[in-house]
Amino acid sequence: MRRDIFRALADPTRREILEMLAVRKMTPNQVAECFESSRQAVSKHLKILQECRALTGERVGREIYYQINPAKFGEIEKWIEKLRLMFEERFGELDKILSGANPGISKKKGR
Amino acid sequence: MEFIIDKQNVKVTVVRDFAARPEKVWEAWTDSKILDQWWAPKPWKARTKHIDFRTGGYWLYAMVGPEGEEHWSRADFLSVENLKSFYGRDSFCDAEGNINNDFPVSEWKVTFTGKGNSTSVTIEIEYEKLADLEKYIEMGFREGFTSALGNLDEILNK
Repeated sequence: MRRDIFRALADPTRREILEMLAVRKMTPNQVAECFESSRQAVSKHLKILQECRALTGERVGREIYYQINPAKFGEIEKWIEKLRLMFEERFGELDKILSGANPGISKKKGR
Repeated sequence: MEFIIDKQNVKVTVVRDFAARPEKVWEAWTDSKILDQWWAPKPWKARTKHIDFRTGGYWLYAMVGPEGEEHWSRADFLSVENLKSFYGRDSFCDAEGNINNDFPVSEWKVTFTGKGNSTSVTIEIEYEKLADLEKYIEMGFREGFTSALGNLDEILNK
């Protein structure tokens, strides 16, 4: 299955993990201690997040420290910006029509 | 324009004011002759095949590209309150209006609020899951809603 950031973010536990890792780097054990779920379950969430590059891991001695990958989140913001522009563009056209520049719209309503 | 994405509830909310009275703005959103003029961003054009703007009715239209390529969509109106709001389900379909279930479906609620000579329009779009929203925008890109849009898969998987 393709791992994408949107599927990764659809899970509430993974969103919580990301919020924690946005504040500081943590090892898998430190992350697991914050959740009721099993260590294996947390480890699976970390794996999914890492596969879609939401996280990066850094090895220090025998431990791996995870942190969020800010570049990945920049991509989401860019993507959302495109959706916003799509609406802006449509509504710009509608403005022109409503301002009367276009003869297509009925005038009868103003009477 | 206000533009809010709620990732948790997979909901997009857009609020936009228009400098016209609600009757006129309503007409622009519900009369296919006017819709066809603005619904598709350039260089695409919207072309209505059928519209019955009332509860239980639907709008069947194509987005027509510069090379004449067609992408068909259908909006089913689940409830229409004249001059105030409408609520519907948007799907991708074929030229006959047969819904293609391989593509994401979204539910739209559009509310019109008069403020003297202007009108505030609130659009709330809900998707079943976040991946659907992703797919919708990806398809929007392909339909040329804005130029210079990369392929979303490329962006997300690089």
